[in-house]
Amino acid sequence: MEKILQVKDLELSFNTFAGEVKAIRGVNFDLYKGETLAIVGESGSGKSVTTKSIMRLLPENSAEFKNGEILFGGRDLTKLSDKEMQKIRGKEIAMIFQDPMTSLNPTMPIGRQLTEPLLKHQKISKAEAKKVAIDLLRLVGMPKPELRMKQYPHQFSGGQRQRIVIAISLACNPQILIADEPTTALDVTIQAQILELMKDLQKKIDTSIIFITHDLGVVANVADRVAVMYGGKIVEIGTVDEIFYNPQHPYTWGLLSSMPSLDAADEKLYAIPGTPPDLLAPPKGDAFALRSEYAMQIDMEQNPPFFKVSDSHYAATWLLHPDAPRVEPPATVIERMKKFPGSRYYEGSRV
Amino acid sequence: MARYIGKRLIYMFITLALIATFTFFLMKILPGSPVASADKLSPEQRAVVEARYGLDKPLPVQYFDYMFGLAQGDLGISINQFKGANVTDVIQSRMGPSAQIGFQGMLLGTFLGVLLGMIAALRQNTWVDYSSTLVAIVGISIPSFVFASMLQYFFALKLEWFPVALWKDGFMSSVLPSIALAMFPLATAARFIRTEMIEVLGSDYITLARAKGASGSEIAFKHAFRNALIPLITVLGPMAVGILTGSLVVEQIFAIPGIGEQFVKSIMVNDFSIIMGTTIFFSVFLIVVILIVDILYGIIDPRIRLSGGKS
Repeated sequence: MEKILQVKDLELSFNTFAGEVKAIRGVNFDLYKGETLAIVGESGSGKSVTTKSIMRLLPENSAEFKNGEILFGGRDLTKLSDKEMQKIRGKEIAMIFQDPMTSLNPTMPIGRQLTEPLLKHQKISKAEAKKVAIDLLRLVGMPKPELRMKQYPHQFSGGQRQRIVIAISLACNPQILIADEPTTALDVTIQAQILELMKDLQKKIDTSIIFITHDLGVVANVADRVAVMYGGKIVEIGTVDEIFYNPQHPYTWGLLSSMPSLDAADEKLYAIPGTPPDLLAPPKGDAFALRSEYAMQIDMEQNPPFFKVSDSHYAATWLLHPDAPRVEPPATVIERMKKFPGSRYYEGSRV
Repeated sequence: MARYIGKRLIYMFITLALIATFTFFLMKILPGSPVASADKLSPEQRAVVEARYGLDKPLPVQYFDYMFGLAQGDLGISINQFKGANVTDVIQSRMGPSAQIGFQGMLLGTFLGVLLGMIAALRQNTWVDYSSTLVAIVGISIPSFVFASMLQYFFALKLEWFPVALWKDGFMSSVLPSIALAMFPLATAARFIRTEMIEVLGSDYITLARAKGASGSEIAFKHAFRNALIPLITVLGPMAVGILTGSLVVEQIFAIPGIGEQFVKSIMVNDFSIIMGTTIFFSVFLIVVILIVDILYGIIDPRIRLSGGKS
């Protein structure tokens, strides 16, 4: 498959009064054409910062690239000027944000907000842009788009506003769409509608999506591949089946165990103990070691490299080292692994 | 909309009646009388004068007489300041110069203030920002009479660009007083716009605009500016008050034959009808400003477009 975006050894810091916050500490991933890559992780894991750094939307005066590159269309996005980035933003890489209630300009009719990227990036007249905008609104399922063009954001519901934001992001047929928790602020039924819409649109316009979320249910629904982030790094990456049914990193185990499930026998919901690491002074070894019951001595001292599980599945944990002792994952994770051919707990075709 | 304005007009009249009542009784509580200063008058002569202006009647009767006249648009006649002139005529003849410097001051102050605030916000935490903040602080803290005297000293006395205190040269005479009056709205607008711009620039829809590929100037002017203006409209009212009170002093200093100057004098000589008339005139002015502000709100911010209006 064709790689459309490559993030290599990306390191990024925020210079704050308290000191240097190492928000991204060596992130590597590729994005393939037409796929949906989900980035999951808890708040502060660096998932939003990673995608905002791709778009170069971080405050220039405090955010600083320390190392690595972001390759897109033969160019390194970390090196481009803001002028050059303006031509990429909204045209080749577009973004959807978390809170539709605040991501539209309250004093501008939505028609103008829709035509803005069109007029900016494409050589078309106002009348043509208006036509395209109406088509876009229809595409995202907005009834009576002609009438609604003149209305202001406050005249729409949250779900409708997110549809408008999606329409804006798709205006110039971007190659990459970054969705930063696009359904987090919506209620569950609307969430499902928006996810369906996004899947639908992806098929229609063949764009690659980076989908940031902390909701594993959403991941299972939309993603082809999943990257799990923790403490400014990707700790495990693989296809959605590999991550859900054959997870290797203790943090991924923790995430999956803390997901409520309908058929789980035990009533109590698991929560990962402790708090995320302080990125002002990141831990030396595995960032998750302090919260992990599977931590070994080496986790405290050395950063684990990526170990290959399969061609598409990698995990950064010393547990995969040939010399590491075999440990039993949590019971709920073993239950999952039993269903996955290739995992060590596979029990035959029961799926 | 029409219904809304109608309702507001009714409230306006109630407010005015209350203001008139308060001012009337406050004035009567104060020591002194329009004729008290005239020592040369014998008690008999005084009685004649007082009878002529109805000052000998019991207080409630004076009050109702006045309110009845007011309802018919009659503000009475000047007792001693303009010796029998109709108060309405006095105010009318004095309105011109005051309106001119007030309007010029407000326009200049708001324009420069908005500009200053915008630049400060866009160049946050640079020397541009700090100097604009300094200007704003100076503008708020230096009283207009000090600033006016400084203007007079440097630009009129030393450089001789403008007349010191003479209302004869048309526009040239109005320059210094307008600048003196502009300081308060300038400082207020600069502070408000700066704070609001910084907040707006940090909001989600600005990030989305950037994600759409908008350039720095497009973001500042197309997206942020209008949203940052909304709170400024709120202070337009207080700013108008600032211009008004400022004009009381500034007109004195520059010897401008305006309402402010005449109001101050009327208080000094206890000219009841002039004090009442001018107070009511000022009140009407402010109430109308507040009404305009409320209507402006709806024009700039679609979210508060008044109910019943076409949207």
